[in-house]
Parts: sequence; C-alpha cells; structure tokens
Amino acid sequence: MSVDTATVAKIASLARIKVSEAEVQAMVPELNGILAWVEQLGEVNVAGVEPMTAVIPNTLRLRADVVNADPLTGGDIRDAVLANAPVAEHGFFGVPKVIE
Amino acid sequence: MTNLTELTLAEIRGGVAAGTFKAVEVAESFNAAVADAQAALNAFIVTTPEAALAAAAKVDADRAAGKPLGKMAGVPIGMKDLFATKGVQTTAASKILAGFKPEYESTVSQKLWDAGAGMLGKLNLDQFAMGSSNETSAFGNVISPWRRPGDTAPLAPGGSSGGSSAAIAARLCPAATGTDTGGSIRQPAAFTGISGIKPTYGRCSRWGVVAFASSLDQAGPMARTVTDCAIMLEAMAGFDPKDATSLDMPVPDWSAALSADLRGKKVGIPREYRLDGLSADVAKSWDDGIAWLKDAGAEVVDVSLPHSKYALPTYYIIAPAEASSNLARYDGVRYGLRDLPDGANLQDMYAATRAAGFGPEVKRRILIGTYVLSAGFYDAYYTQAQKVRTLIARDFEEAFKQCDVILAPTAPSAAFALGEKSADPLEMYLNDVFSVPASLAGLPAMSVPAGVDAQGLPLGLQIIGRPFDEQGVLNAGLAIEQRAAFSAKPEKWW
Amino acid sequence: MSNYRIQGATGEWEVVIGLEVHAQVTSNAKLFSGSATAFGAEPNSQVSLVDAAMPGMLPVPNMECIRQAVRTGIAINAQINKWSRFDRKNYFYADLPQGYQISQLYHPLVGEGSLTIEADEKAGIPEPKTIGIERIHVEQDAGKLMHDQHPTMSYVDLNRSGVALMEIVSRPDMASPAEAGAYLSKLRTILRYVGSCDGNMDQGSMRADVNVSVRRAGEALGTRTETKNVNSVRFVMAAIEHEANRQVDVLEAGGTIVQETRLFDPDTGSTRSMRSKEDAHDYRYFPDPDLLPLELTDAFVEECRASLPELPDAKRARYVDGLGLSAYNAAVLTAEVETARWFEALLSATAAAQSKGEADVAKQASNWLTSEFFGALNKAGKDLASSPISPEGAAELLALVGNGTISGSIAKAVLEKMLETGEGANAIVEREGLKQNSDTGAIEAVIADVLAKNTDKVEQYKGGKEALFGFFVGQTMKAMQGKANPGIVNELLKKALA
Repeated sequence: MSVDTATVAKIASLARIKVSEAEVQAMVPELNGILAWVEQLGEVNVAGVEPMTAVIPNTLRLRADVVNADPLTGGDIRDAVLANAPVAEHGFFGVPKVIE
Repeated sequence: MTNLTELTLAEIRGGVAAGTFKAVEVAESFNAAVADAQAALNAFIVTTPEAALAAAAKVDADRAAGKPLGKMAGVPIGMKDLFATKGVQTTAASKILAGFKPEYESTVSQKLWDAGAGMLGKLNLDQFAMGSSNETSAFGNVISPWRRPGDTAPLAPGGSSGGSSAAIAARLCPAATGTDTGGSIRQPAAFTGISGIKPTYGRCSRWGVVAFASSLDQAGPMARTVTDCAIMLEAMAGFDPKDATSLDMPVPDWSAALSADLRGKKVGIPREYRLDGLSADVAKSWDDGIAWLKDAGAEVVDVSLPHSKYALPTYYIIAPAEASSNLARYDGVRYGLRDLPDGANLQDMYAATRAAGFGPEVKRRILIGTYVLSAGFYDAYYTQAQKVRTLIARDFEEAFKQCDVILAPTAPSAAFALGEKSADPLEMYLNDVFSVPASLAGLPAMSVPAGVDAQGLPLGLQIIGRPFDEQGVLNAGLAIEQRAAFSAKPEKWW
Repeated sequence: MSNYRIQGATGEWEVVIGLEVHAQVTSNAKLFSGSATAFGAEPNSQVSLVDAAMPGMLPVPNMECIRQAVRTGIAINAQINKWSRFDRKNYFYADLPQGYQISQLYHPLVGEGSLTIEADEKAGIPEPKTIGIERIHVEQDAGKLMHDQHPTMSYVDLNRSGVALMEIVSRPDMASPAEAGAYLSKLRTILRYVGSCDGNMDQGSMRADVNVSVRRAGEALGTRTETKNVNSVRFVMAAIEHEANRQVDVLEAGGTIVQETRLFDPDTGSTRSMRSKEDAHDYRYFPDPDLLPLELTDAFVEECRASLPELPDAKRARYVDGLGLSAYNAAVLTAEVETARWFEALLSATAAAQSKGEADVAKQASNWLTSEFFGALNKAGKDLASSPISPEGAAELLALVGNGTISGSIAKAVLEKMLETGEGANAIVEREGLKQNSDTGAIEAVIADVLAKNTDKVEQYKGGKEALFGFFVGQTMKAMQGKANPGIVNELLKKALA
C-alpha cells in the first residue's frame, strides 16, 4: 500500500496537523519509504497468533470508588487545572466559538 | 580536595553520609559544571541550581540532626525533560509545551526527591523522545562531549535521552533519569561510554511522564557505573496505584545483591544479531564481552530469536500508532502553545497549533500512526504488528529456556556525527535494531561500556534479562564492567 | 407486530428504530479518576489532572463502575464477558481533553441480552415484545461546551469529562415511536431497580441516540440517520415521528437519505443536521495501551448477581400470581422502584396492623394506594418521595377501615387531613370523633325518624320502587354525619322496610 498526496492530506487533516502543499509533496515519498519497509511484516505467518495485549503478564487493577482519595488524581483543584490554559475565563477554558 | 564532579553516585552518597564533604558542596560543584558546559553541549533545557542547592541543604541539615538519609541523599541529578516537575517547565523538548509548568510531580521524580536527590535541571532530549540522535529537540541539538580524534565535528550523544547521556559523560551530573521506548536509555548510554538500564515494563511508574508509546515507555537510570544504576533504580522503581500497568511487586535491594560471579549462569548469544555488515569494532567488542562473561564463570550458549528482523518494522507501527493518539491532547485548549489564526474556528486552531508546535519527526510519526490505525488499514498494519510482537516475545521466552541473560551489542555502531543520518528517517530508525526487540517484549535490558572503537569512541554491550530479573542483568553488567575496565572519558573541550 | 405505518403520498412506509442509550453509571468517582460525579457543581471544580488530560496522566478504572455495568447486564439477561478491553476512540473536540474517548469497541463488557416491553393496546402495542440488546459497554462521558456566554468564544467545562457511562445498544427491533418510548421507559425502570443509573433524563443522566430508517413493507433496511442526545421519552418519540416523516418526504420526492448525525430541537419538535460533526469520522479505534485487559473472576460476577434486587418483571408476576393483584395495579406499582418499595412497606405494615397475611390485605392496600392515595397526593401537589405520610402511617389508616372503626368515605377525609397536617390517622379520628357508630339502638332511632319524615317514599318503595333504598341509606347516613356503620344501616333499614 502506498500513499498519494490526497491520502497524506487526508491523514494530516485527521491528525489535525496543518500541512502546506509543499509539505505534502515532501512527505509522500518519505511515508511511502517507511510504509514499504514496515510492510515486510506481511510475510510473517501469524496463523493462530493472538495480538499482544499485555507485554508483561499482569492483571488490570481496579480503583475503589472513593472521591479525592489521592489528591493527585482527585478534583477540587480548579486553579491547578486552569493554571496553564492559554485562555481561561470565569472558571472555564475558552476556545473559538463552536457552532453545533 | 577531590574533584567532586568526578565522583560516582555511590561515592557522593558515601562521602555525604560520612561527612567527607557536604551535599551543598557537591551541588555547587555540579551547578558550576552545568553552567560551564551549557553553551557548548546544550544538555539542559532548563537549569535549576537553586533546587539542587535546596535539596542538598536539606540533606546536610538532616545529617546534622542525625536523621536517617535516603538512598540518593546528597546526589544531584539531571531530570530528563519528559518527567513532569512541579512548577518547573516541562516540555518534552517540544515547542507545543513551551512554558508549560506542571502543577504536579511525576511519581518517579518525586521518589527521587524523597530519596534525597536534588535537581540540577531538565535535560534535553529528542522531541517527545522520538529520535536516536537528539536532533529533533525544539531546543537545539545536544552535542556529545566526545569527539573523534583531531576532529571538531559535533557527534550525536544518542537519543532520545541525549541530554542525560551527554551530561553524565561530561561530568555535569553523576546520574540522570532516562526513558526508553525503543532504546532511548541504552543507545545514548552506549554512545557516550556510560551505563543505563531499562527495567522490566511496569517497574517504574509512568505517571507524570509525558507519554510517547504507552506499551513501550519505561523509565530507568543512567549513570557511570552499574552499581550507581542499581542504587538509582531502587529509588525510582515501585508500585504506583496511579498507573494501571505498574507492577505490584516489591523492589529488591539490587545494589546489595550485586555480584559479578556468574558461575552457574548461562549467557545466550542470539545468532540473528550477527548482521551482515556489522562493524568489525562492534563485532570485536561483542566477542570481548563473551570472553569476559566466560571469565566470570558463565557458560555461553547459542540462542535463536528468529523474528528479530521484524522487530524494527513492528516497532515502527506500534510506537507511532500509540503516539498519534497519545499526542492528540496537545491541542492548544488547556495548556501549551495555542496558534489561533484570524478567523480560525476550533478545528483550524487545532491544525494550526499542532503544525506550529510539533517538529518534523513528531509530525512524521503522528502521520504514520494515524495512517496505520485508519479505517481499512488497522488489521493489515496494527493487528499484524501486535501479532508479530507476540512472536517476538515468544522468541525471548524460548531463548530464556536455554539461558539466563542474553548478550548483544547495544547499537550497530559508535556515535555518528550530527547530521549524518538525519536526512533519511529510515537510516536513523535502523540504529535501534538491537535495542527494540527487548522493548517490544517488555524485558529488562541494560547497556554498559565495553571499550572504544578504532576512533576512540565508546561502544556499549547490551544485556537482556527475563522479566523481573533486573538482578541478573545488573550482575552480568557488573562482570563486564569489571573486566572491560572502561576508563576513557571525553577530553574537556568546552 | 406493530401496525405503525407512515402514510406517504405513494403508499405506506415502515419505520425501523434502534436506540443507543447513554446511561450515567451511579458512582461517587469518575470512571478513571478520583474526582466527583455530582451534578451541578461549579465549572471545572470536579476535574482532576487526569480528566484534564495533563501530560503524563493515566487512567485507572473504578471498580464500582465495572460492577454496576455487570449488574445491569445480568438484569437484562445478557452475557457477561469475563474478558473485555478498553479501546480508544480518536477524534478532536473541545469537550474531549485526551483527544480520544476511552470506550469499548472490540470487546465490550456485556454482550447480547434483551428486555420485554408490555402490551399497550392504546399505544398500538398489541402484545408484549422482546427487544434485543446487542451490547453494553463502559465509556467516558465528554465535557460540556457553553456557547452563549461570550460573543466569540465557547466555554469548556470538564466536570462531566470522564464520568462513567454505560452505552446500551439495542437491536433495530422497534417499529414505532410508542415501542421506542416503551423500551426506553422499561430500560429506565430496570436501571433504577438495579441502582446502576438514577435515570434522571432532565439532568442528562440518561440520553438516547436515536437511529431511524424507513422502508416499504418487506424491503431491505433503508439508510439510517442518528439523532444525538435526545433526553426524554417524549422527545425520543417526537424525534422518531419527525425523522421518519422527513425521510419519507425526502424519498418520495426522489431524494436519498444521507447517513448523518442529527440534532433534535425540542422547541420545534424537529431534527436538523449537525454541522460540527459533518465530516465522516475515522475514529481509529485501537486498544488503550495505558490499560490492560479487564478480566473478571467468577466470584466477582456472582457477587454482582447476588446483589441484584427483585427486578420489575419478576415483581409484577409475583404481585399478580402471589398477591392476587390486578394486572393493572401490578403494572402501576412496579413501574418505579420507589413505588414498589413503598407498596411493599405498606403491605407489610398493613398485614402487621391487622394481624393478617400480606396476601389477605394486598388488594386493600394496592387499591387504596393506586386509587385513593395517588389521587390525594396528586391533588396535594406531592408524590411518594415528598409524601408526609409513611407506609406505616398509611397502614394505620387502612387498619381503621379494615376493623370498621371508620368508613371508606370518612377514611378519605382523614387522609386529606393527614396530608394537610402530617398527623396520624388514629389521632385525627379520635380528636374529630369520626369513629363509626355501630350502636344499633341509635341507628334504629334515626331510621325510624327518616322513615317517618318520608312516608310517601316508603309507600313508593313498598310499591316496588326498590331503587329508593339508596335514598334511605343516604338520609340515615346524613343524619348521622356519615359516621354510621354502613353495613349495620343497610341491615336495619331492610328490616324496618320489610
């Protein structure tokens, strides 16, 4: 499989990265080079092989249903949450107006 | 008076504890070395001399008060700028996080401070840890303190933990944190003649570490000796309920149990790693390593890791796929850069912000990752890669039925010059050929200095162990360290 | 079979409906963080570093959310998948801080199940119908955007971001707005019985994405549209009605239906295309590498099963078969878990107060509750939750009727007083002297007086106009301020008129 300029533009749009026409042109051969190289995986016989789900045998631990048990993962920290915001007003993050 | 910056972590800790010198004196020495080298090496993105001094002063006060001292008491370290540090800019070497000051401290850095370490500064790295030469940082290249004889061409310190490796090799800090996704601790360690260990996946909490590829990312220590690595790993490792992939296991006292006596141990040599065109220097150092481990009492056996050649392509599907999703949060809404062109709507803002904030290699990987996950391609790329990953892990399981650790080169060559490989991404990726398989299998692996090549540049040997067997890895590393007697150091030119 | 059809200009159309219901899981903390889930907090106050997707933050699942979803799955007789996994659904939006929603696509927690809606002739549901439920998966809710607070900006509140939702996906088994409404109501009832969701649709705890398509009888499925976030049963029915008719109009005018996301406008009762979600999404789902597979033990699932209360279908059947209630009463009393709980408390208190078995007083209690009490509460602008009368207080009143202390009509007056003052039935009856008079001598005297004053009517009665009997009862009762024992009045009147 290989990509053309339209595909690269579409991927860039999906990834929300603005790219110029020239950048797209430059990326096509680069990405194709990488894709052609990774496609050698297609030759591996994976019949009956499960995709890896956990690299080290381990089970998913679950958390107790307690609010703010650990301040590092709890709420009531509005100032900290907003501290680095490019735009924060009245306790909200601000973004360009969205029309739904 | 001793030159304090020449001391190892263990020596500093011992000297502070014994009262030979004050922790503050140590911090001052390293602060000075950092300041002196910053312009030439660019190893740090931010320096925090006052933090180093404050931590040291506390250790000195604690010692004076007769309080017990932590594992890292009095040791100033560098912190890779991928770890969130409260109130100190944390960028992952990307413009998209310029100015970001976290309101939280990563678990690993907090553990280090709790153990008495102090922070000299935030170390430069490849942007979002994506790179093998530290040439993708938005804050400029890190320059290796090493040079080829009679040549001033800047060399790569390796990547992505290039700031860490350069700083340690240049004696700007005795130890530093690194993170390893496909070799980012081991390869820079090899390039700069230091040691570094990536522990078993899950040993060190990922909480507060800027994510690159979640199923691969693992933090670890980098230092000049195996013992130092063992001590620092003890301080960094441990169960963290905030990380669902964290290992709920006790942290062994690795440094106390260190032993270079390998009698009864088997060392596997993977035949697939004997690549065509492996440099003679690297091949020779590998042979040296085999001889040293035999000398330490180990039995050497041939093992096979048949899917090795697929490790890199597997990695270059899985890591970008995870990264494309992990990096979606950098959108200019809650922190970091926002680029809002006139009249832009929300989606325009995202695209402009991310275009302005991410460097070319990060964009390249996000696009590859987005593509391999996109409709119609997911199974062919991502699912296939995860199946091959299963086979790669199985290869190691099989091999470890015949041996206790595996010995291999860390990288296919010594350090290359900056710019030498940056034109072709694929050529750069191939640098990780020996380090990526252990990452894909989540195994502990370390690099120790094994000698120098014909040009006098360091070469590293890699030891890969069974899951949870950091001890076996460290012991074999110690056996090599003792026999390699690596004493080369970069001549100070900065 | 539903006989619901859209009458188009060119003939009849069937409607095919599937619902994806998002139900907020009842839990104290969010799905992957420790911040609170309470409704109506200050903006961004219930947001952790994890919910705000700060760099390096990681999710750890909340066991209670998993437990509630499993309990819900058992309640709809669904398969519980002991191995499930969380996937990331990738898209960019200002209410989605991570840039992906953690959801479950490939391996949901709960598999195939079903629920049954009751027959409702009036609504065009001639017989009970089983609606398939394809799956329930657990996922994160998004934050909230406010568009009307600033001229050029939208404001983002992440309080809801990361709250646990169950997405309950039905099969496209519904064929009319009424069936969809009944399905949604029944689902809500079950969730509230289980306690896994409070079902407060006006607070957004439960909302439905409505998939609608139309087709001519017997033809293949048409293209469907998805109307997002409809937040009441009535709106769901209105959205289907409107959307089905719109689709028929489009098709009959020679157009085609675009598979798209639409928005329901409650003010106009119509749906419209959602501009912001127009582009065809490629969500790039893949397993969340921050989380391991979710593996449940048998013991965990068994604990979930054992913790379930009696569910509405079983309860209704027991009310009919075991307690002898009418099907109607059983349906009314089981429709809301609070009603059933109230009824059962009343039943137990009534049986105790009258030293009878529950089955012996069930009819009395259920009739009184559904006819007298609901009506009185309604008149007083109250409901069971705000009722000043407890089940025990009501049982006291019913006991007074049961043992003949007061009559049914006096009981009505006492009930009104109880609602008004909060006083107990005994106290009111005592103070106001409402005890029924069973003194035969006194009653006989009144009867004699009534008959003496109405000799003409006595003549007519004796002449065969037996309907006048009621008149004499009424006059007697009136003369005794309603306190005479009606049974005794009847008996003595018959004797006197014989």
